Amino acid sequence: MSSENIVMEQVLVNGLYLGMQYALIALGLTLIFALMNVLNFAHGQLYVVGGFITYIIYGKLGLPFFVAIVASGVTLGLVGAVIEKFLFRPVIRKSVREESTMLLAAAIAFFLDAIILLLFGEKQRGVPKILDGVMNLDFVVIMPYDRILIAALAGSAIVAFILFMQYSKPGRAMRALAQDRIAAQLMGVNVDRYSMIGFALGAMLAGVAGGLLVSIVGVNSGIGGPVSIKAFMMVMIGGAGVISGAIAGGFILGMLESIGLTVLVAYGDLTYLVIFVSLMIFLSIRPQGLMGKPWG
Amino acid sequence: MLLTSRFLAVVIFFIGVFVLVPWLIEVSGRWDFYYTLTSVALLSIASAGVWLTFYIGRINIGQGAYALAGGYLSAVLVTQYEVSFWLTIPLAGLFCAVLSVLIGLPILRLKGVYFAMITLVLTEVAKLTALALPITNGAKGIVSIPLPGELSVFGMTIIPDFSTLENVKLAFYYLAVTLMVICFAGMYRLVNSRMGHLCRSLQQNEELASSIGVNITTLRITAYAISSFLGGVGGSIFVAISQSIYPTSFQVADSINFMLNVFVGGLGYVFGPMLGTVVIYFGWDLLFQTGKFQLLIYSSILILLMLTVPNGLLSLRLFKWNKEKK
Repeated sequence: MSSENIVMEQVLVNGLYLGMQYALIALGLTLIFALMNVLNFAHGQLYVVGGFITYIIYGKLGLPFFVAIVASGVTLGLVGAVIEKFLFRPVIRKSVREESTMLLAAAIAFFLDAIILLLFGEKQRGVPKILDGVMNLDFVVIMPYDRILIAALAGSAIVAFILFMQYSKPGRAMRALAQDRIAAQLMGVNVDRYSMIGFALGAMLAGVAGGLLVSIVGVNSGIGGPVSIKAFMMVMIGGAGVISGAIAGGFILGMLESIGLTVLVAYGDLTYLVIFVSLMIFLSIRPQGLMGKPWG
Repeated sequence: MLLTSRFLAVVIFFIGVFVLVPWLIEVSGRWDFYYTLTSVALLSIASAGVWLTFYIGRINIGQGAYALAGGYLSAVLVTQYEVSFWLTIPLAGLFCAVLSVLIGLPILRLKGVYFAMITLVLTEVAKLTALALPITNGAKGIVSIPLPGELSVFGMTIIPDFSTLENVKLAFYYLAVTLMVICFAGMYRLVNSRMGHLCRSLQQNEELASSIGVNITTLRITAYAISSFLGGVGGSIFVAISQSIYPTSFQVADSINFMLNVFVGGLGYVFGPMLGTVVIYFGWDLLFQTGKFQLLIYSSILILLMLTVPNGLLSLRLFKWNKEKK
């Protein structure tokens, strides 16, 4: 009789926990989209690279987890800056149709996949638990401590990002760029510079997310593509290019997954089919997502 | 002058494809090439569909869904209802066209990245549906599909039973290449027709086109339906060749590859998808010898291609008549 209740509360907590991570991944993708109108197919691969860096520094070298996360973020930031400056910028300048950036992004995704596979192999990798023990509230909600810590870290990264975008000078510049590129340029915003910073920041968020999650779910070279697709979905739910939308999308998808996997568990893989189909119906009714600008 | 050089190019193409290639394969004994070339022909048909959606200004990453739907329709009809394979080709195309009208009516209102992402999701939906439906036999797929039977009209055999042929590969090659030629001839005609001009107007500015009286809804649905028709046809023949189909036969990676074929060939050129498919498929095959570095080299070349010719290979304008026109 009360078993239903117990499940539901646990499901909600799981959903919140998933949503926190998803929001972090979606934020980077939506930032890159808002600034450059580029759909970054390689976002999931950046996430995987971040995961492997943390795996090496924390899991192999035994340095503190925090150092590993910072290293993941910084490395990915550099990678993002290089990708923007030497790949996206020239292609955007030269191509007739803006869709060309999608091919470039897909090619970069393949490239990163190849590098990851060569360097780290196909095996699933995990790291030692960062915290032992399980939080247990009367057997209603059960949550391992390490998951709580990761969710808290992800949450603080999101808050830090929002504060940065809201109150710092680069943040203001990037928001101006997202609103209207030409107007921002006319007001003296260095468009090239802030595009690069934005791309680096987006890649950094992916790297931090990858680094955080490696301690829970591990990492393997094949998950880049699926992570990208999930990130696309979150961005679509919330509205492409809108920061609040990405966060909302992350939490909604986390909830849907958590609920779906519990309710539809008897029917196998139906959860994702249901999520995908309802997403398509939702988007045909409201194409700009929850908070997006109409027609992107 | 212009016409004769074009006519000549077409004749050379026909001789090359229908006479020269089989002869070369006969001489060199590389029978496996038939399979490669057949695949290229079929993939370029599906890519041509993707190209058409690009032509109306939509980024289509959902062709895999229609190829899968067409493939399954053909497989189910052939194995469970004993319909002739030849009939299932147009049926698969029509099925996909109808499906695409139903799906396209709502989603074609989306533009740019939104349409791209939703078509990407569509590919995933098709795969999951194939896994979930009972008629598609889930993850086990449909296997040991019989080879195409005889096609006869009024007792006259037009195409003999494939299982009686001594060289099935050659037969499939001719089938695929013939369809490819028909498909691209049709595309060329379409692009240079009134509808083609209207499609170009959609690509540039839909509101403007609509304001001068172009029925943009009908036009983009028609284009999308044709695109999906080609996807379904390609998928159905693929199934006949591999004699099996699984939910993973066409997935997101394939949808992205269709898009890459179109990009590499050039978005602005009717024959871009054909060239792109040939280059990408053969490039990938040739790189097979590099073993584990295959993907690395392949993707590096793609990135380099984007950096040097972002508007597609055909934008290099190696052909004389393009310069003469100017």
